[in-house]
Amino acid sequence: MSPPLLSVRSVTMRFGGLTAVDAVSLDAEADQITGLIGPNGAGKTTLFAVISGFERPTSGAIHFAGRDITALRVHERANAGIARTFQIVQPFAGLSVRDNIAVGAYLRHRKRDAALAKAEAVAQAVGLAPLLDQPAGALTVAGRKRLELARALATEPKLLLLDEVLAGLNPSEIRDMLPVVQSIRAGGVTVVMIEHVMQAVMSLCDVVVVLAQGRIIASGAPAAVARDSRVIEAYLGHGASERMRAQAGEAPHA
Amino acid sequence: MKTAMTQATYWPILLVGAALALLPLVLTTNATLNFLTFAMIITLAAQGWNIIGGFGGQFSFGHAAFFGTGAYAMALLQVRFAINPWLALPLGTALGGCAGGIIGYLSFRARLRGSYFALVTLAFAEILRIVANAWGFTGAAAGVLVPLRLDPVQMQFNDRRIFYWLALLLVVIVLGASRAIMRSRFGAQLIAVRENEDAARALGVNTLVAKLSALIISAAITAAAGALYTQKFLYLDASLAYGSWISVDALLGAIIGGPGTVFGPLIGTIVLLGLGEVTKTLFAQLTGGALPGVDLVAFGVLLIICVAFAPRGVIGAVRGAVGARSATP
Repeated sequence: MSPPLLSVRSVTMRFGGLTAVDAVSLDAEADQITGLIGPNGAGKTTLFAVISGFERPTSGAIHFAGRDITALRVHERANAGIARTFQIVQPFAGLSVRDNIAVGAYLRHRKRDAALAKAEAVAQAVGLAPLLDQPAGALTVAGRKRLELARALATEPKLLLLDEVLAGLNPSEIRDMLPVVQSIRAGGVTVVMIEHVMQAVMSLCDVVVVLAQGRIIASGAPAAVARDSRVIEAYLGHGASERMRAQAGEAPHA
Repeated sequence: MKTAMTQATYWPILLVGAALALLPLVLTTNATLNFLTFAMIITLAAQGWNIIGGFGGQFSFGHAAFFGTGAYAMALLQVRFAINPWLALPLGTALGGCAGGIIGYLSFRARLRGSYFALVTLAFAEILRIVANAWGFTGAAAGVLVPLRLDPVQMQFNDRRIFYWLALLLVVIVLGASRAIMRSRFGAQLIAVRENEDAARALGVNTLVAKLSALIISAAITAAAGALYTQKFLYLDASLAYGSWISVDALLGAIIGGPGTVFGPLIGTIVLLGLGEVTKTLFAQLTGGALPGVDLVAFGVLLIICVAFAPRGVIGAVRGAVGARSATP
């Protein structure tokens, strides 16, 4: 098996007395979708900030495509092929959708014509083509999420970090978005996604990693993780797993 | 196709340039020519401010630091080093760019943004003013006098129109350069930094390099304005070169016209200086006496109106009005 594209090696991130990420190690295999789930405050977004370079970890290292990138700055990591979206969308509100996406496209295309052509192609792929000339500030929540995705894709990344791109969308918008994420992976981009929408996690992810209170408590195939008693307890509280089994008429194993 | 697009992009600039070039053939009094020349010099300073403030969103309150550096370089290179003004102009421009590089590196490395950046630039300009006012080399409080030598070789012309055309030429060049920046990768990244710095970084923009390059270009343009100022008036002292009046005029011109637009600084400066003249004249006629600074009161009122009702300047307001009209059938 080829080495993982992204390898997080015992990363710890402390903010003063708060340990947001505690000795986390995880690998993201190339061409897979890895889901990162966990209760609120588990440290998922902080971990993304460390991977994308917005935060320097207190200790530990990040390896990407076979090299240590822990010392690289945000734009250098983007150059190396890591793109991210923001949980709280960060559009260039005063610019059109086209110009928003073009900023990402300019990373690999120095010429204006090429960058704008790339922007249009990406807009087509994520379903923003009809809105290219709209100001980004006028987009709906669903539109802004797509714009986040489009800008990140326009940088032609090897690894895409999606921070809750489905949050705030209604069920039909989520249904529309799932094939978009699938097509990104089909296009050869490795995806790591933070997601609370479990239906999406179950259908999209090849591997799921569960983070709680800064630590990884489980990882594996989505179906197996969903049955894991530690995961259920992390979400629903101590003892919840046993109560659920009791209700289901199944004896707790010793 | 490419040439057609280039024409569509740049012909308004040539058209406006040509119209302004014809003005002195109609308005021939010395007073109007002086006013027009002064307006072009201030426009150039505002165009410089617009690069970092309008496109880059980094509001400098100290562009006097660059204006004064260009102005003193122009004066001192001639007076102390006997360098020809045609050479002193590009040298002064380059020195202004260097000043921008140093001030930019110090403040952007320290991650200063918003009002902190504005205050630091203001402080740099004040330091330079105090030094220039005290140092013998810069003529201290007495200032520097460039000797009168009416000779085109000395960039001094019998015909006032020629200096106006020279200033206008630089303004038109910067109009073209601003347009080119807007349409370039650098411009897109700079505007992205203005709109959202974190998002720009995530998309691979080296924000330090973008801001620093913008400030160097910005400072060089404003320094060229300072050099022209020296050559127009042939006299300089610390409060003319490094005084806060020029910091204010440069940023007001760009903000009132429309920050981050190609024509904003030109339109804003003409509106601003025109309003200043009208106010001074009206006040003198109404009260029978001049009141120094009454034009500044008008500037203040204009700025308040602009910030409250037209945050995107004259150009933004006009575009909004045109857009609203075409939207309603």
